[in-house]
Amino acid sequence: MSGHSYDAEKYWKANLRLIFGSLIVWALVSYGFGIVLRPMLSGIPIGGTDLGFWFAQQGSILTFIALIFHYAWRMNRLDKQFGVDEE
Amino acid sequence: MSQFAINIMFVGGSFLIYILIAVWAKAGSTKDFYVAGGGVHPITNGMAIGADWMSAASFISMAGIIAASGYASSAYLMGWTGGYVLLAMLLAPYLRKFGKFTVPEFIGDRFYSKQARLVAVICLIVASLTYVIGQMAGAGVAFSRFLEVDSTMGLIIAAVVIFIYSVLGGMKGITYTQVAQYCVLILAYTIPAVFISLQLTGNPIPALGLFSTHLDSGMPILDKLNQVITDVGFSEYSADVDSHLNMVLFTLTLMIGTAGLPHVIIRFFTVPKVADARWSAGWALVFIALLYLTAPAVASMARLNLMTTVYPDGTAAEPIRYEDRPQWVKEWEVTGLIKYVDKNEDGRIQMYNDASDEPGTAFQAEAEARGWKGNELDVNRDIIVLANPEIANLPGWVIGLIAAGGLAAALSTAAGLLLAISSAISHDLIKGSINPGITDRGELLAARISMAVAIVVATYLGANPPGFAAQVVALAFGIAAASLFPALMMGIFSKRINNIGAIAGMLSGLVFTLSYIFVYKGWFFIPGTANLADTPANWVLGISPLSIGAIGALVNFAVAFVVANATDEPPVEIQELVESVRYPRGAGQAQDH
Repeated sequence: MSGHSYDAEKYWKANLRLIFGSLIVWALVSYGFGIVLRPMLSGIPIGGTDLGFWFAQQGSILTFIALIFHYAWRMNRLDKQFGVDEE
Repeated sequence: MSQFAINIMFVGGSFLIYILIAVWAKAGSTKDFYVAGGGVHPITNGMAIGADWMSAASFISMAGIIAASGYASSAYLMGWTGGYVLLAMLLAPYLRKFGKFTVPEFIGDRFYSKQARLVAVICLIVASLTYVIGQMAGAGVAFSRFLEVDSTMGLIIAAVVIFIYSVLGGMKGITYTQVAQYCVLILAYTIPAVFISLQLTGNPIPALGLFSTHLDSGMPILDKLNQVITDVGFSEYSADVDSHLNMVLFTLTLMIGTAGLPHVIIRFFTVPKVADARWSAGWALVFIALLYLTAPAVASMARLNLMTTVYPDGTAAEPIRYEDRPQWVKEWEVTGLIKYVDKNEDGRIQMYNDASDEPGTAFQAEAEARGWKGNELDVNRDIIVLANPEIANLPGWVIGLIAAGGLAAALSTAAGLLLAISSAISHDLIKGSINPGITDRGELLAARISMAVAIVVATYLGANPPGFAAQVVALAFGIAAASLFPALMMGIFSKRINNIGAIAGMLSGLVFTLSYIFVYKGWFFIPGTANLADTPANWVLGISPLSIGAIGALVNFAVAFVVANATDEPPVEIQELVESVRYPRGAGQAQDH
């Protein structure tokens, strides 16, 4: 892929949008639900503790896995769509 | 067969497998040595990253840390996994496209500066060396505990094994031994956990057991644990932390630091394509999560087990008599990891929170009324994992497996770190600066010699750890977060950051972070040189020295941005280089230049 073509720019913008969206979820489940917003979620019980505790010890890790696979899947499709994938 | 013989069999058997792999995977070129030939399958690489990443600390100590502090140590769980999201989206695919062998090489090329490359080499060596000392010491301890040899002797045996497969096979040997080591360590970790979860909750999956009902009491297990430990004066297991800001920054430092640690990044250079680098990150986190989702379950269940061992009839009744203590307590007393002192001379084991400055002072009065004269049982946190098989009454081969697993965790991480160090020396220093005309054969020899020297240095430091070795988390993650991660990220996502901006950013991030750590921990960790006591009351805005790396990263970004915008923009060919790493097509194999 060469230089500053219109498609190249669109591809990179699509990548940035995807990263931005993923990182919002990434921050929300860990720093949000797991730490700062935990007191607000304390009313939601889950197995002897609260939802915030679950996010801090399990939920955020499971979300991270889903985020990476989603990103890989979307990007690999985007590569093909814009013809920048490897043969 | 004696337990000692079983342990020897498991450890010896696993070592034999590692050495056979090494002979099979001998490196024939620098490309084999640095990036395992560049043809590793993404799932294989994910497993190798898992073993590379999960150290003796993850395997032996993490569950114990969580058991002791409960919710507060969630920062480790989130921090040491969340970094993979950053790797997958912000670094790994582009650095794979760049297609070179080392992290400093990207920094040197992107910022068209030998000085930038040198700064990166120094950061890499300090961060990795600190980290590797802990692994070597951990391997020595595991040896002495399970195989009854002196820990220095154990350290030397471990070093010889690493020497064989990493000097012979380089990254190629390390990759396939790491896959074997991952299998050993994950089996060793999960088997006892499954049995403990079954015994306490009837659920065979520990991660689900953590939120299930405790069979004996009919209460949710975390409720039961909260109740038992607050009964004897400890704070609640699920209690919130004092400073959300500090916990956020600590978690962020661990995440950014994880993403910036070179021994993890270089593993992404071994896969054939950019798309594979993305998948690899996902698989790596799946394999890491198998342990990280089990650890908090092990932590709470083992702590509850310990409490019910000491208070078999409930916390209101008298604790167990010392002479009635179970067999596993007797066995671990021998190692000194469990210590009992009968302070009130009643022959019973009083275990409670006797620290007067902690919450629960109302309990201190109660303890005195009951005739207790202080906590009598001192339990090392590593016990939580090491004694798991015995607590759950599992057969001797599970103990052998734990021994092999602890060593696998230490060896695999040590080998990955040593490769990062030796490739920085042979590729970035020798080929990059001292002798650019060196042949491939000459460089391969240089790489092997650097590896051998790195192993000798690490072994020596493992046996005689300097003061800073205990500060792995602060130092390695602080440096990676404040210097390497921002430089790499800006190199990919900005065309405007130039050589001067990058160097100014890295140095100011580094100096800022190290200064903050040194103020509380002592300058260069020399005892007695700390300016302020390392207590929350002295920390600026309640930010601990462990959490400062995230702020250091911000300083790096800000300084680089301001300085770069005040100076000339990078030359056209550098802007084209940035453009090219953003598009996967044409990555081919990681290549020499």
